[in-house]
Amino acid sequence: MPSLGADMEAGTLVEWLKAPGDTITRGDIIAVIETQKGAIEIEVFEDGELTALLVEPGMKVPVGTPIAVINGEPEPAAEASSAAPSSTEPSVEPSPVPVSRAPSKPDVRLARTQARISPAARRIAAEQGIDLTGMTGTGPEGAVISADVPSHAPTHSRGLDLVEMRKAIAAAMARSKREIPHYYLSHTIDLTHAQIWLEQTNAERRPAERLLMGALFLKASALAVAERPGFNGFYTEDRFQPSDAVHTGVAVSIRGGGLVSPALRDANILSLTDLMAKMRDLVNRARKGQLRSSELTDATVTISSLGERGVEQLYGVIYPPQVALIGFGAVIQKPMVIEGTVLPRSTVAITLAADHRVSDGQAGARLLNDINKLLQRPETL
Amino acid sequence: MTVDEIKAAFLEALNRVAPEIDVNDLDPIEDLRDAFDLDSMDILNLTIELHDTLGADIPEADVRKLTTMASAIDYLEKLLG
Repeated sequence: MPSLGADMEAGTLVEWLKAPGDTITRGDIIAVIETQKGAIEIEVFEDGELTALLVEPGMKVPVGTPIAVINGEPEPAAEASSAAPSSTEPSVEPSPVPVSRAPSKPDVRLARTQARISPAARRIAAEQGIDLTGMTGTGPEGAVISADVPSHAPTHSRGLDLVEMRKAIAAAMARSKREIPHYYLSHTIDLTHAQIWLEQTNAERRPAERLLMGALFLKASALAVAERPGFNGFYTEDRFQPSDAVHTGVAVSIRGGGLVSPALRDANILSLTDLMAKMRDLVNRARKGQLRSSELTDATVTISSLGERGVEQLYGVIYPPQVALIGFGAVIQKPMVIEGTVLPRSTVAITLAADHRVSDGQAGARLLNDINKLLQRPETL
Repeated sequence: MTVDEIKAAFLEALNRVAPEIDVNDLDPIEDLRDAFDLDSMDILNLTIELHDTLGADIPEADVRKLTTMASAIDYLEKLLG
């Protein structure tokens, strides 16, 4: 069971999307687990053959518990997974099913010649006496998954449990405030030029290709931290490990109260159009509770933008083990002095919450000034 | 398209953008962003939905007209009429 953040202690296996005997490739999604941040798709990080599944759907196991075996003999599973195979022989079939279930389990080899069926789908079909032979499902390569079983309500709603999410936020934020000596800086900048540029750019684009100001904030921040490593990386085991790559955590508010900050990888090198498309996908999936495991663990710095309905300034709490959070308040019309004349301008306050174990206010101030300079030239982002 | 058809399509689009909101609670003149906690990403998604389902080509400058149900339907009726 992978750890998907400092705050995660256990996860519930919802569904296997691969079966023993399947060839798997790095990046494949092999399972769905339920966490405090919704249902998360678990990716694998090696190539090989899936030899055994050690945890049954529905089981909750602690972080660190083996849940499957790739390229090897199945090992005795941790105590938590009592339904794990007791045999050490490579398993051809899915993990042994407890006696109480699936009295007439279909022959898995027969099933695979037609279409692959996930263990959860097979179990439900067996329980309900449904024949899945010949059926094509919505899983990988047409595999039948539990949601495809006719007249069956999904075993998991891929929704969000806001009470559980609050517990995750509480654990992470309490740890942050306990361990990280935060310092805060704020800088109000003129955003008029960026706003005009954005309006002109969007006027020529179809809705699906339009940009939001949030995409400009994200790109400018990513470019700035790429040049100032003291704000991009992880603080673990009493030392800071800067990251070469910039994976921005995008703070996404959940209607009804909740927050999750999935990673948008390599935000500093994506074009604004690509960045916007990825951000839209990420926000939509975060709100449905459909994120991937790497998206919960990869972020090297967090960007939080309050949007047009927000207030002027946002003082963030750093998400451990990261070392900085860059905040953007609402874009507000304010009087500014431009070449000796007071003019109405669009403004935004950029804030920085940073870890004083790693950087200090001078470096933080330079970072905010860099972001300002980048936002004054939106056409170069 | 009739006003009723436009209204139905608008509510359907809104439901796809934010499935958790109860469209029966909708006050026609209340700002959707206030009532349902919609942000700029939601409004963009709504614009995309209306473009895809109604063929409504809503210029960026007119997006603010979508922020209440009454103004949105009024706007879409003129646009599509």
